Amino acid sequence: MTVADTTIVGLSPSRLALARFRRDKVAVVALCVVVFFVLIAIFAPLLTSVFNLSPYALDRQALNDYGNPIGRFGGMSWNHPLGVEPGTGRDILGRLMYGARVSLLIGFIGTIVTTGVGLVLGMVSGLRRGLLDSVITRVADLTLAFPSLLLIIALNRPLTQRLESMGVPKGNFARMTYIILVLTVFGWVYMARLIRGQVLSLREREFVDAARSFGASNTHIVFKQLLPNLWAQVIVFATLSLPGYVAVEASLSFLGIGLMAPAASWGIMLGDSVKYYRADPTYLLIPGVTLMILVMAFNLMGDGLRDAVDPKSDRQQL
Amino acid sequence: MTPILEVRDVKKYFPSGSSRVLQRPTGQVKAVDGVSLSLQKGKTLGVVGESGCGKSTLARILMRLIEPSSGSIFLDGEDVTRLSGSDLRRMRRDIQIIFQDPYSSLNPRHSIGEIIATPLRIQKTVTKSEEVGRVKELMHLVGLNPEHFNRFPHEFSGGQRQRVGIARSLALNPKVIVADEPVSALDVSIQSQILNLMQDLQTKLQVAFVFIAHDLSVVRHIADDVAVMYLGKIVELGPANIVYGHPTHPYTKALMSAVPVANPVSGRKISRIVLTGDVPSPIDPPSGCRFRTRCWKAQDICASNEPELLDRGDGRVSACHFPELEA
Repeated sequence: MTVADTTIVGLSPSRLALARFRRDKVAVVALCVVVFFVLIAIFAPLLTSVFNLSPYALDRQALNDYGNPIGRFGGMSWNHPLGVEPGTGRDILGRLMYGARVSLLIGFIGTIVTTGVGLVLGMVSGLRRGLLDSVITRVADLTLAFPSLLLIIALNRPLTQRLESMGVPKGNFARMTYIILVLTVFGWVYMARLIRGQVLSLREREFVDAARSFGASNTHIVFKQLLPNLWAQVIVFATLSLPGYVAVEASLSFLGIGLMAPAASWGIMLGDSVKYYRADPTYLLIPGVTLMILVMAFNLMGDGLRDAVDPKSDRQQL
Repeated sequence: MTPILEVRDVKKYFPSGSSRVLQRPTGQVKAVDGVSLSLQKGKTLGVVGESGCGKSTLARILMRLIEPSSGSIFLDGEDVTRLSGSDLRRMRRDIQIIFQDPYSSLNPRHSIGEIIATPLRIQKTVTKSEEVGRVKELMHLVGLNPEHFNRFPHEFSGGQRQRVGIARSLALNPKVIVADEPVSALDVSIQSQILNLMQDLQTKLQVAFVFIAHDLSVVRHIADDVAVMYLGKIVELGPANIVYGHPTHPYTKALMSAVPVANPVSGRKISRIVLTGDVPSPIDPPSGCRFRTRCWKAQDICASNEPELLDRGDGRVSACHFPELEA
């Protein structure tokens, strides 16, 4: 114990975690990459108009008679730093920036919604136990056993139309809503299971009994005693599941579900580029590598966060 | 003088067997089976017994953390088993608990100040502005540096954490504190510090303790009265010096003989009684006397008739057909 000063400030577990995170260089670099992508996504309209990189403008000048980009590496030039799309001549850097908006939007909204639903259902399940718990757990098992991808492809049209008839704006907005909907339906399970397990273990801890012995209400137990002990895991789990949603969005767009061209999305770009991979391999490489960098940055950041929150799960010791 | 705490014939049967939905439980665990106790203001009642004899269940029943199956508990003359809602909340001020494990009884995400202030906030006994003062006063009372109220549980040792637990239990000025093995998780040197602290607090605040332990010498140090439990029942109950000086129940005698002697060479000569076998399952306790399966004095009557708690003439009761009475 250190010598008592006039004001002694204790280090809360979250502040200790923050200090540990700062010492993790890889995680800090990953965080910077993530922040960079987020800023690009937010300011994409501004950046594209300032640098004249419209993702929709067709630039026939940049294409030869066969529709292939003129110049090396997919037509890289000062006008089009990452080249142009074969066939249309749309600027790839501009489309990449707009694609980041879609990827991150779906990633963040998907994560927030699935985390919220999973957190609530997991806590209800762990706290109530009994019949309600059995029902939630069985539904979760069923969801995991479902061939989700087939279902997502099969339900794409009917459900999107259904959403549109229910008043969701037609077109890409309805398609994005559909993607977030299916991500939630199949994604809440993991968070719910994690939280249920945590709540089952926390509720037996004596500090919960102590709170009850003072006459604490269930609201107090949930918000003051249990949730502060769950936040760390919730944030780590959400950070680690976010890149998954980014990748799923890209895969679904690649498969033709989700956004439609001319809207820009990394998945659409990847799907489109496959047609030209012999003539223009850079077009395939650029969205692929960008997606990989973002997903990896999120994963490394999540790993760092997990190590910071729970120092016992040291990666080096595994 | 009416006792501050009186327990009358409290029973707790847990359903056992399958806990699955749509399946009926197949049996009952008789964790506490007809316990009666009483405790005077400012006194200490020690409750001893082997692991699994129902001590901790009894503590949780007293705290109304679990509901008794039957029986009644009178706290300051009022039957608390009938209370609910706001009456129950008000009653909770008068009886508080100190837990066994100082690591799991403090929320790791709360600072020490918040932990000690939690009962004050829930019961709203002090205003927001008085809160910090009261917390510091409590910390001082239990021998913690009041300047440390911003610190977190992980910055404290086991003994200090237990002091935090004690400060928290004192926050509402309770009349009774249930201490559920408060020192068994601590080092021996720290144990005596905590025990002395509890005794000091008792003289200062006139609070009554129900002191649950499996360590007989600890109970002897602190208790005025002692109750010996076996398989959910009290087998012997009386003033500590009488029960310790001359146990009448064979189980008590066996327990006492198991206490290590500080100096074996010059110490009292006792023949050590070693009990064979395990504690029988509380799902299916033996007929008659529950201790008969491990008792060296058991006769036929022990299997057919359950012995009652009888007064042995010296302020102590015990439940045995063949008590070890003084010649």
